[in-house]
Amino acid sequence: MPVKAIRPDYHGEHRDARANFGGAILVYIDWDFHRWFCTPKTFPLPPDMPFGALIEAVIPEGFGQHPQFSEIDWGSVEWTLDHEPFTPDMGRGIEEQGFGHKCILRFSTPGLTENI
Amino acid sequence: MARVQIAFQDNDESRYIVSAIEEDNPDSTIHYEPALIRIENEGSLQINKATVEAHMGREWDVQSIHVNLVTLTGNIDEDDDYFKLAWGGQ
Amino acid sequence: MQAKKLNVKDKYRLLTRDLDWEFSYEDRKEAFPYEEFEGIKITDWDKWEDPFRLTMDAYWKYQAEKEKKLYAIYDAFAQNNGHLNVSDARYVNALKVFLTAVSPAEFASSNGFAWAGRHYGGAGARVAAQMQSIDELRHYQTQIHAMSHYNKYFDGFEEFPHMHDRVWYMSVVKSFFDDCRSSGPFEYIVAVSFAFEYVLTNLLFVPFMSGAAYNGDMATVTFGFSAQSDEARHMTLGLEIIKFLLEQHEDNVPIVQEWIDKWLWRGYRILAVVAMMMDYMLPQKFMSWKEAWELYFEDAGGALFKDLERYGIKMPDFTETIKNEKDHISHQAWWVFYSHGHAAAFHTWTPTAEELDWLSEKYPDTFDQYYRPRLEAAAELEAKGERFYTAGLPQLCQTCQIPMFFTNVDEGKPTEIVYRESTYNDERFHFCSNECKHIFDREPEKYVHAWLPVHQIFQGNCGGGGLDEVMEYYRMGLGEMNLDYKGSPDEKRWKKWKGVA
Repeated sequence: MPVKAIRPDYHGEHRDARANFGGAILVYIDWDFHRWFCTPKTFPLPPDMPFGALIEAVIPEGFGQHPQFSEIDWGSVEWTLDHEPFTPDMGRGIEEQGFGHKCILRFSTPGLTENI
Repeated sequence: MARVQIAFQDNDESRYIVSAIEEDNPDSTIHYEPALIRIENEGSLQINKATVEAHMGREWDVQSIHVNLVTLTGNIDEDDDYFKLAWGGQ
Repeated sequence: MQAKKLNVKDKYRLLTRDLDWEFSYEDRKEAFPYEEFEGIKITDWDKWEDPFRLTMDAYWKYQAEKEKKLYAIYDAFAQNNGHLNVSDARYVNALKVFLTAVSPAEFASSNGFAWAGRHYGGAGARVAAQMQSIDELRHYQTQIHAMSHYNKYFDGFEEFPHMHDRVWYMSVVKSFFDDCRSSGPFEYIVAVSFAFEYVLTNLLFVPFMSGAAYNGDMATVTFGFSAQSDEARHMTLGLEIIKFLLEQHEDNVPIVQEWIDKWLWRGYRILAVVAMMMDYMLPQKFMSWKEAWELYFEDAGGALFKDLERYGIKMPDFTETIKNEKDHISHQAWWVFYSHGHAAAFHTWTPTAEELDWLSEKYPDTFDQYYRPRLEAAAELEAKGERFYTAGLPQLCQTCQIPMFFTNVDEGKPTEIVYRESTYNDERFHFCSNECKHIFDREPEKYVHAWLPVHQIFQGNCGGGGLDEVMEYYRMGLGEMNLDYKGSPDEKRWKKWKGVA
């Protein structure tokens, strides 16, 4: 039973359906183990945005404030998309390579896992 | 056995209630914390109207316990002449 | 012949049961239309008994007495400029959290009890719910009156009703009461009277209010204890309703267990804010969150659940998780607000050296390893004039609406975020914990339309996309209510009053 209600036909509209974000999809991004940023962050992104643009514009905007950010070697970063290992293609759009609405992108930076 | 607990605002009236509790529940532990007095006892704790009145030197209605009460734990049994807290089946 | 004075038991019977009537020409089911849909079976409402046996005449008498005492203290507090006697102006920020987050919850609770009380078929429960509804309204009013004095001297109080429906962290409390008020009358009372009042409010009103006393805040400690004296009655009602429901029918047991699990969890999640208030916002330290948790939840709650075992009720499965989280959540919650200090209606700060030492002492297993280095790094940045405010917006849990800051302490990984998710009608939903996921999975239709503040900002429903526009929508005013305590108008005024440079 999807809800206990006085009316058997009770229904809740999906408030955060993809159609409500003006063409963008929501992508949640977290820099693993770097709790200087207390939570994963939410980004509304164009689904055809190339992954390379995500690294150049979106991630620095969300995570560039960390003192170690400039030390990240992007070639050795380990990515997961929806908690599965993921190898990004810099030139292709994010939706094309599996990003859906409300997906989770995590990156970890071995060697840079200090606790601040 | 589990502990029951009751706390009162730290004021003149409560002090008489607390001393009555001490008299009737000699094993209880009394903690004086900022602005409140917290009393713990194993299993149960009883407040008797007669003892409180003897300490206060005047009539005391058991229901007026609400005026200075801060918190409690345990099952309550209240009547005209006593107020009791206890854990376990009654 | 002179009438004999009634004893408490007789008076209780006459002023509850005897006020009820039989339905001779109307259908009783139509009069109480919400009594059955939750699946709760009531066989005999007469088994309901208020252990305090409080009747309306005694209720008014003692409530009036409490009010007279309370308002005499408010007067004295205001007449003697009591705000100047608090330990430090930083302390007042805890009151801002209280007024903006807790007080509207009191009002919602009043509303809920008025509604639930109307829908109980038994007169005893109706009278008890009616009293509680009036109590909650009283708490809302006395809290506003206490704060109105502070409002004359400090930023951050005046827009609390406007903010309640809009600001990201207030949505957490709002969603709790929206959720329980939109359930049935029995779930409502288990949620509020038992899970919240019986098991959890002691943590809010007792150690925090002792902390207020310790910090020289006579007005708050007085309203806190005055409210808590009502809470003692509410707690009793909470325990009574549980025992009543469990004794009425064995089919009620699994339903009540589900509700206990759900609402204890939802209430516990909200208390993360209280944890932070105790550990970080009381300049004079009294008791750590962890100590309060051990005393009022593990000890007192443990005794309670042991007592309920005879009905077949068990401690919720997540008890181990909350035990593991007690060393972490106050620090994590403070960091959420510190790093989002630009979007909060109160000031935040890094602890002083003495405060850091106190936290190290109280949290020997976690603080120095995980939290102190971060706070020290933040203080270093502040010293360089680069106070850290995190960019962007957090991910929120679909159920509790709290930013997803909870970490995997169960597996000994306190820097790894906990991720849980479900898919419903082809849409994905994210949660901070197993329990929030479980709550959603039981009733997804109820949570798919949650008003998540972050998503609302991105949908363009909160004044615009920029920080300034959202702050305007929240009515915070950049640099007044929000940002660091250092350099705030509050701090400037406080220093002027105290004559320090």
